[in-house]
This record gives sequence, C-alpha cells and structure tokens, in this order.
Amino acid sequence: MSDFTSNFWPIFIAVITLLGIFGCALLLWLTSKVKVPNADNDNTSGHVWDGDLREMNNPLPRWWVWLFVITIIFSLVYLVVYPGLGNYKGKLGWTEIKQYEQEIESANKALKPLYAKFAGMPVAKLAVDAEAKAIGERLFMNNCSQCHGSDARGSLGFPNLTDHDWLHGGSPEKIKETITNGRIGMMPPMAAMVGNADDVKNVANYVLSLSGSMYDSGRAGLGKAKFVACAACHGPEGKGNQDIGAPNLTDNIWLHGAGEAAIIKRIYEGKINQMPAQAAKLTPEQIQVLAAYVWGLSNKPSK
Amino acid sequence: MQYLNTQSTTYNDTVVRQFSIMAVVWGVVGMLVGVIIAAQLVWPELNLGLPWTSFGRLRPLHTNAVIFAFGGSTLFATSYYVVQRTCHVSLFCNKLASFTFWGWQAVIVAAAISLPLGYTTGKEYAELEWPIDILIALVWVAYAVVFFGTIGTRKVKHIYVANWFFGAFILAVALLHIVNSAEVPVSFMKSYSAYAGVQDAMVQWWYGHNAVGFFLTAGFLGIMYYFVPKQAERPVYSYSLSIVHFWALIFTYMWAGPHHLHYTALPDWTQSLGMIFSLILLAPSWGGMINGMMTMSGAWHKLRTDPILRFMIVSLSFYGMSTFEGPMMAIKTVNSLSHYTDWTIGHVHSGALGWVGLVSMGSLYYMVPRLFGQKQMHSMKAIELHFWLATIGIVLYISSLWISGVMEGLMWRAINADGTLTYTFVESVKAKHPYYLIRLLGGTLYLSGMIIMLWNVLKTATSGKPALASIPSVAAQA
Ligand code: HEM
Ligand code: HEM
Repeated sequence: MSDFTSNFWPIFIAVITLLGIFGCALLLWLTSKVKVPNADNDNTSGHVWDGDLREMNNPLPRWWVWLFVITIIFSLVYLVVYPGLGNYKGKLGWTEIKQYEQEIESANKALKPLYAKFAGMPVAKLAVDAEAKAIGERLFMNNCSQCHGSDARGSLGFPNLTDHDWLHGGSPEKIKETITNGRIGMMPPMAAMVGNADDVKNVANYVLSLSGSMYDSGRAGLGKAKFVACAACHGPEGKGNQDIGAPNLTDNIWLHGAGEAAIIKRIYEGKINQMPAQAAKLTPEQIQVLAAYVWGLSNKPSK
Repeated sequence: MQYLNTQSTTYNDTVVRQFSIMAVVWGVVGMLVGVIIAAQLVWPELNLGLPWTSFGRLRPLHTNAVIFAFGGSTLFATSYYVVQRTCHVSLFCNKLASFTFWGWQAVIVAAAISLPLGYTTGKEYAELEWPIDILIALVWVAYAVVFFGTIGTRKVKHIYVANWFFGAFILAVALLHIVNSAEVPVSFMKSYSAYAGVQDAMVQWWYGHNAVGFFLTAGFLGIMYYFVPKQAERPVYSYSLSIVHFWALIFTYMWAGPHHLHYTALPDWTQSLGMIFSLILLAPSWGGMINGMMTMSGAWHKLRTDPILRFMIVSLSFYGMSTFEGPMMAIKTVNSLSHYTDWTIGHVHSGALGWVGLVSMGSLYYMVPRLFGQKQMHSMKAIELHFWLATIGIVLYISSLWISGVMEGLMWRAINADGTLTYTFVESVKAKHPYYLIRLLGGTLYLSGMIIMLWNVLKTATSGKPALASIPSVAAQA
C-alpha cells in the first residue's frame, strides 16, 4: 500500500527534501565566499549595538565546514540506499517490516532443533522434564506474568493458574487451546431477567450460600427460585460450565471480587473479560512447552 | 515619531523585573517537583496512594513547570531586556507587555492546578486542556506584537543576531502550538485531538521536537548571543557563522521530529528523513556553540574570576554535548538501543540542566543587579557555590542515567538460546535502583543551587530598588 493519497505528494516531498539538502550546501558555499566589507579594518562588521556589542568577520572554521559537508554527503548516500525520497524504495529494498520478518524467520529456524524434541512429548512428561520446565518458566515470565503474575497466582480479574479452578478446562488440550486462541468470557447484565432490586439482592445471597460464604438465609431462600435465569449458564447447582467458560459459583473463588456487593454489581453490569491469543507470538512447540509448565503448576505429575 | 515607545527615554524594565523574579521562583518549584518524582522512582511509596500526588500527574507538572514556567519566564525576561537594548528603543506597547506577564502567570497557575487534578490532553509538553491552550495562544500573539513591534520601531538599522533567534523562536512556537493543539472540545476541560492515528503521533512529535528546537534551543541561543559577548566584553566571533547556522538550524529542526518515532507505524521514508535531517542538524547546532566559545578568545582568563561567565561557558559545553548526542541517538541503529530507556532522560537533562538551566542562571545573574540598580549580585560567593552545586549535580544526573539507560537497553535485548528474553522487565527495573538514587542526589544538588540563587536574587532585589535605564540618545552607527 502506498503512504500517499495521490501521485503528487511523493514527488512533492522528494523535491523539497532535495532542495532542502542542497539549499544547506548552497548556503554554506555562498557564505564562505562572502566578504563583509570592513571599513574600520578592525575585523568587525562595523555594526555596534548597546554600546559595545560587535561582531567579527572571522571566516567559517574549516573543520566545521567539513563536518557540515560530511553530514550532507552521508545523507545523500543514505537516501540512495534506503527509502526516503517519496516512493523510491532505495537500493537495498529495505523495509522495517521485511527486517522484522527476516529476524523472526531466522530466529525460528535457529530454535527449531531445540524445540523439535519437545514437540512429540506428552504434556505430563514435559512437566517433569527439567529443561522443558526451565524454558516453560522463562516463556511464562516473558509472555504471561504481566497479567497472571510472576507466581502465576493472578489478581483481581486475572485468573490464578495454580489452583484447580478452571474456567475453560484444565486438561492439557484445553490449556493449549486457551493459550493459542485466547478466550473471551462474557456474562450479560442479568438484573432485568432476575427482577427488581430486592430480587437481585436475594439471588446474590443465594449465590453466596452455594459456596458457604456469609449470607442471609431468608433472602437466599427467596432468591433460589430466581436463580433459574442464571442456571442457563452456571448450571442448576451453580457449578458452572467449562464449555462456555461460565465460572463455578460453589468453590468460593471469586475472579472479580467476593461478597454481596461484588456479586450484585456483576448481576447488574455483567462482565466481558479477555485473554489475548498467543498464536501470533509463539510457535506451536513453544505453546506445547508453555502449556506443560502451566499444567504442572496445579498437577503434581507422577514420575 | 508616531509610536509612543519611540518617545520614551528609558527602557521598560518593569516587565523584565517581574519575569526575572518569577523565573527564579518557578525554577525552584519546577525542580522541586523534579526531585520529588525522582524520589518516587526510587521509593514508589512516595506516590502516597493519592491520585493527585502520583507520578503520572506530577511528571507533566514537572515538565511544564521547568520548560514553560522557568524556561518561559526566562525567555520573556531576557528577550524583552535584549530587544530594547539592541534596538535602542523602549518596548512596543507597555500594556500588552504587562498582559503577557499576567497572562503567562495565569497559564502557569492553571497548569499547576489542572495537571494534578488529572486534566490532560495526553500529548507530551502539550498536556494543557483547550481553555488554557486558548489563553496561551492569546498571550503568545501579544508577545509577538510586543517583540516585533519593538523591532519595527528600532532606532538602529541592523537587527542584532540575538533578535533573529528570539524572533524565530516566537514565530515557530506560535505555529507549533496552534497546529498541535488543534482539538475538538467535548466539555469544559476535555477535548480530542483534531488528528488521528499515526498522523496524530507525527504532528505531536513535530511539535515535541520543535519545542526542543525553538523553545529550548533557538530562544536560548538568543540569550547566549547577547549575554556571552556582554559578560566576556568581547565581540561575537563570526558574523558569517551566525548567518549559516541560524538559517540551517531553523530550517533543519523542522524536519527532525520523526526520530522520536523510529521503528513505529510511521512510514519508512518519514523515519529516514527524520534521521538524516537530525544528522545534518549537528553542524548548525555546533555553529552556535563555536560562536559562543570563540567569543571568549582573548578573555579566557576571566573564567578564573568570573563565575557568571563560567555558567555561560559550561552551558555552551553541555549544549555542544547534547547536540552531538542527539544526532547520534537519531541514527536508527543507536535509537533501537536508546529508545524508551533512561538514556533519553539523561540526554534530555544534559540539554535541560546543562544548557537551558545554566545559561538561564548566567543571564539572570547578569540582569538582576542591573535591574535593581546594584553593582553586582548580593553575594558573589553564593554564585560560586551555586555553580559548583549545579555542575556536580548535572554530572551525577547524566552519568548515572547513561549507565542505567545503556544497561537497561542491553538487558531488554538479551536473549537466551531458547528464544526467550534473559531478563524480565521487572529485573531491569530492579537493576536501575542504585542509579536512580544517584540521579536523585544529583537533582537535589542542582535544586539546592537554585534555592541559593533565589535567596541571592531576593537579597539583591530588596537591597536595591527598581532602576531606570535610560536609552542612549544618539544611536551608534549600527
Ligand atoms: C532538579 C532538577 C531536576 C530533576 C531532579 C528532574 C527530574 C526528572 C525526572 C525524575 C523526570 C522523569 C523521568 C522518567 O520518567 O523516567 C524528568 C523528566 C523531564 N524533565 Fe526533569 N528534572 C530536573 C530539572 C529539569 C529541568 C531544568 C528541565 C528543563 C528545562 C527538565 C526537563 C524535563 C523533561 C523535558 C522531562 C521529560 C523527559 C522525557 O519525556 O523524555 N527537568 N525530570
Ligand atoms: C541537534 C540537536 C538534537 C537532536 C538531533 C536530538 C535528538 C534526539 C533524539 C534522537 C531523542 C530520542 C527520541 C526517542 O528515542 O524517543 C531526543 C530526545 C529528547 N531531546 Fe534531543 N536532540 C537534540 C538536542 C536536544 C537539546 C539541546 C535538548 C534540550 C534542551 C533536547 C531535548 C530532548 C528532549 C526533551 C527529548 C525527550 C523527548 C521525549 O521523549 O519526551 N534535545 N532528542
């Protein structure tokens, strides 16, 4: 795709660039020729300001002129070799994108043999392989710790990966799927389906009762009937549904905050949360090693 | 003689006095905030957990206070002082000049309130929201009228070189401010930029770099061209050098902005142009340094006894250093290491503390006693002390950030055999801790010098009284 909206602009910009550079050279050349007349022969321009301010007629320092000339020549050469003059691509055909792609390609090539031996290994094996574990940990620190934390315990809104609570499933295949494609968790705002403000509060207390949290038993009793609206996703017993990423409400693990107020807020506002896909950043082999590391955090693999 | 100012027999130094005093006051304030944020980078607890005192809000307060309040007030003071004396005429329209003082102080106070409250456009060095932007534009137009009006009514034929630089600075900043601050208000204190995407980024850094080039460089070169020859009592070294470097400098700066956006979504050709024009900028920048330094020939011995001259000459050395460093950092290969690191912050402050700071202090030390009818500053010993505190402070500041910048750049790009990064981001943060401590120490020294200066200036001002400087009746042949 061209950066320009018409054929005029690349020519325009190239012309004024060159005029600018040659203009600098011309200015330099002309000024080094000009002799300012000095009537008083005191090597000043003869002008005086504010009593004693004068300027001398010393010539441009030679070394400085050369410095200027060298930068001009360098720039012209650069513009021949690299893109810079409008649509002209430069002798090397270099582009930022190409450089990036080449670097990635050659890096992946260099890494291939290293990862090749892990590709066929089952996750349970990889999770106990010292080398794979070390690589997995480094991949995690580089790519995952920013959200899930260096200890993988997550924080508000970012799941803990060391417990057994999985939104989308904790099998090696599911973990790989999550890393590769990312996940989007979505709960719609539910208050309208549940009823009035009182109903919402009752449902919230019913939800709290499922995990043995502090709750108001009178309200929970009233809320139970209204929970059918929620059961569509979270299941009749509130145990969640990993196929659609609906969280288990009975395990007392709260990704977006515990307690009545936090639950009421979720019912009113719903929630959309996203784990970004890593497929474009990591190779399938790297994802395999990473998945084993993550799986190993909550599974004590048998040797 | 149709203009009032041409009949006045004395210069209007009231506004110069006002700006001079406020320059020193804002210098202390801005640098104090600098020291606070430097301390926050060492001990994050100093954010105090309050939004108003968090690093993200105090940092723009620091940059605005030092650049526009301290630097700006210095530029107003010196340019008004210089333009009158080199045009042999009083300021054009005293009322407007007075408006620029009160208007500019209002801008500063509005910034000091709105930035900690979290109002920002998100554009670096142009954070202030649209109502303040409008006030800035008004003040700036008034400034241009006063300055160019004074030039237009001058009683000498030739325009002195310092005024070329002041003039270019005033025109360019008007252009930069108006173009980059074009924005659509959506409410009182909230607006969106008129540009989108990479164009917005390019306009912003065209502005950002020229804020450096015209606000922090051209304006201060104007200062240099008056106060260095005055204090050294020597003529400017080379008239032809001033011509070449002036035109080349103002032309080339306008192109260099893309070096702030290397290896981004900016098209390749734009990045190339930013890089080569930054390299071409080296010689024009050094032209100013050479002209200042060589003005000293025949007067070098004065450095031993004159701390004010020393401020100016050391300032020129830092100018030379940072304008060498800048073009090097603009080379893409170098920039891929330096970008996003503390090296940039070190570069900024070698220009800001070394060049802008020292030349401002030197020229203020020159003007203040003359403005208050004194022979010299209240305490020359204190100036001496200030000089050493400032110089040692700068050296500590920039050398520690060179080390931490290069270190962090190298840590970020270190790669293991398995393709993973050797260091996590937080490890590079941890490694910088000692250098942040040294920077804090350097900044504290620099600030303490500034506090001594405030004391010295106030003492000088209160022991003298506002002086009336009369305009020489018959202008010399200039
Ligand atoms: C006591 C003196 C000073 C101290 C301690 C200080 C400290 C700091 C600190 C800690 C930062 C933030 C760096 C970061 O984000 O990593 C900063 C940024 C900055 N300071 Fe200063 N500063 C001082 C004086 C000055 C002066 C006098 C100027 C200008 C005339 C200045 C101009 C700037 C600019 C332009 C930035 C932003 C740099 C960038 O975004 O790349 N500072 N300063
Ligand atoms: C020939 C002159 C100069 C050139 C070519 C130049 C070039 C550069 C480059 C390449 C960067 C780094 C951009 C990045 O990687 O993000 C930079 C940053 C900066 N320079 Fe310079 N520089 C010059 C002189 C100066 C001077 C004299 C000052 C101060 C008085 C200064 C102030 C700054 C500031 C404030 C930044 C930081 C901008 C930001 O990211 O916030 N520069 N300069």
